[in-house]
Amino acid sequence: MSLLIKGGLVVDPSQHLEDPLDLLVERGKIVALEPPGRIPAEGRRVISASDLVVTPGLVDMHVHLREPGEEYKETIESGTRAAIQGGFTGVACMPNTKPVNDNAAVTRLILDQAKAAGHARVYPVGAVSVGSLGQALSEYGDLKAAGVVAVTDDGRPVSNSMLMRRALEYARTFDLPVISHCEDLDLAADGVMHEGAVSLQLGLKGIPAAAEEVMVYRDLTLARLTGARLHIAHVSTAGSVAIIRLAKAMGLPVTAETAPHYFTLTEEAVLGYNTHAKVNPPLRTEMDVKSIKEAIRDGTLDAVACDHAPHSSLEKEVEFTAAAFGLIGLETSLSLTLKLVHDGALNLSQAIGALSTNPAGILGMPGGTLKAGAPADITLIDLNREWTVDASAFASKSRNCPFNGWTLKGKAVMTIVGGEVVWEEEG
Amino acid sequence: MEFRHKDLLGIADLEPEEISLILDTAASFKEISTRPIKKVPTLRGKTVVTLFYEPSTRTRMSFEIAAKRLSADTLNLTVSASSAVKGETLADTAHNLEAMAPDVLVIRHAASGAPHYLAQRLRCGVINAGDGLHEHPTQALLDLLTVREAKSRLDGLKVAIIGDIAHSRVARSNIYAFTKMGSRVTVAGPATMLPPYLETLGAQVTTSLVEAVRDADVIMMLRLQLERMGQMFLSTLREYSQFFGLAPKHLKLAKEDVIIMHPGPLNRGVEISPEVADGPHSLILEQVTNGVAVRMAVLYFLIGGEKG
Ligand SMILES: [Zn+2]
Ligand SMILES: [Zn+2]
Repeated sequence: MSLLIKGGLVVDPSQHLEDPLDLLVERGKIVALEPPGRIPAEGRRVISASDLVVTPGLVDMHVHLREPGEEYKETIESGTRAAIQGGFTGVACMPNTKPVNDNAAVTRLILDQAKAAGHARVYPVGAVSVGSLGQALSEYGDLKAAGVVAVTDDGRPVSNSMLMRRALEYARTFDLPVISHCEDLDLAADGVMHEGAVSLQLGLKGIPAAAEEVMVYRDLTLARLTGARLHIAHVSTAGSVAIIRLAKAMGLPVTAETAPHYFTLTEEAVLGYNTHAKVNPPLRTEMDVKSIKEAIRDGTLDAVACDHAPHSSLEKEVEFTAAAFGLIGLETSLSLTLKLVHDGALNLSQAIGALSTNPAGILGMPGGTLKAGAPADITLIDLNREWTVDASAFASKSRNCPFNGWTLKGKAVMTIVGGEVVWEEEG
Repeated sequence: MEFRHKDLLGIADLEPEEISLILDTAASFKEISTRPIKKVPTLRGKTVVTLFYEPSTRTRMSFEIAAKRLSADTLNLTVSASSAVKGETLADTAHNLEAMAPDVLVIRHAASGAPHYLAQRLRCGVINAGDGLHEHPTQALLDLLTVREAKSRLDGLKVAIIGDIAHSRVARSNIYAFTKMGSRVTVAGPATMLPPYLETLGAQVTTSLVEAVRDADVIMMLRLQLERMGQMFLSTLREYSQFFGLAPKHLKLAKEDVIIMHPGPLNRGVEISPEVADGPHSLILEQVTNGVAVRMAVLYFLIGGEKG
């Protein structure tokens, strides 16, 4: 079966394209990209993309799917359904499941479940250390053979600097990037939000920006020492941006991501003890937000990844200090990034680069491009569609979304994985 | 002026006029405490529930006496840390409380924002009797009343608050309260106990007790929680009392008629010397009396009873 996607504006940062083009898909692969009208429609399923943007399938390189172990919050099925509804054809899932994805058996289980669900592609990320306990290295060679694309101890950051050094070296052996959740646990202590004027006002213990920045600096200097590929997860502060910018200028093999909440919300979202705004790293200040936006624009931050972290009402409908950290983002991430485009902070190519081409490149995935021969993972976006976020209608099993009720402009309307239309906006 | 709040969660939410209204009313209720029969029927038939997750006999008793003087029924629930650990959540507690149909719930909780959580879910009024590091509004109101009685005014006074500002809900509520009423507040303590951004609350900040007490009209000493010693905030108690303990020599730097306050309970010889605590400038006992009057006024406004 061949598909002809006709009449759209193709935006593909991997080929520096932002042109009206028709796209031909055959046997799950992209076959041709031609000026409008050149490819005959006969005998093909034609998808009209007039007034739509056609992009390489979006990739979120940092999500928590909760399976195995916490299926009441999310399953691989529900999480990947949320992904395709948000326009994502691929997601990289973090290893902090129960059990931790620190061995090939867990990796295979995740891949089997993803295949059975048949929504988005799933790229498991393995654990840096056995059980993410920060003591012994897990089997990176085996994990890679089973399908992991990176290693991380996200959620239980590596405190021991020697272990981090060894992890970087061992990961380099197997050409795996190490994704670092940068948090000095002693400095963060029992903080529950950003340390600043609002934490003072609310009487909540703060997590200073320095808790992130000292670890960003540590990991960058270890990347220099080891020559390994380092990826900094969920950058939230202006200070981290400055250090990463410097490291890139020095030519270190480092990449970094941020999440939509870090360029959309500030510490003030916590006012009223709003547990949906409790997230780690915490929401920072206006100055940080400004710096994060600038860093996506100038490429200091390569990727936008939402750190989709589902929690049920059991974890969120409690007093603020007792609530779990994290919020869900797969179904709002694209729209919040497009807001930056509508506001003039990014151009479309920069936005799609951060949501597709760059993360696919960092993790060595086959997608992120519409070049002939690439897998036909494609997202169709209506830039001007206005919609109101209704968390109760999400495909995700969880509802911990601080954007509920917001009206956003721009939305995925069709998601194609391997040449199959896996999701399409109704009406 | 009317008092239009369902709850009293913090001084930050109050207008200066509302604070004055509570103080005026508290002053008039104070007279009841001097009567042979210390009771008026104002809140007869109303129920006040106190729910304390942290032990504090003083504050709980103060609320209970205030409620009884207004003829309200009281029900005291003390939740031990262990039963909270057993899994009864604040949400469960809220539902159970709703069934008792209280008119006002007085809550103390170690989590900042716990009273807000209940206020959003309960129909009855909620009074914050101290939540985590956040606020302790009735303490600040009784401190205002004490100072207003002693000085006949609140505006233009220099108020020094000294000690562990970072971990003190009393300090936060008092910074709001005194600045709203026109006083100038200076806070002092070791920098480990001065959280950043204090100036955004309207306070002046110094690490010198001497600087803070100079020309002060009011000096408020905070209780040093001794468990802070093991948490890298301080070197030794000896050094703390040497640099941040209030001694008679400091009073000479302050205004001649300076008043000394402390929310209690005192660590004599640590943050305050016995001579100062028990000396002529101390209004520490007056604070306790005013606590009952202020809490009567707050209960009166939140329950909205007829004035007897
Ligand atoms: Zn993380
Ligand atoms: Zn994460």
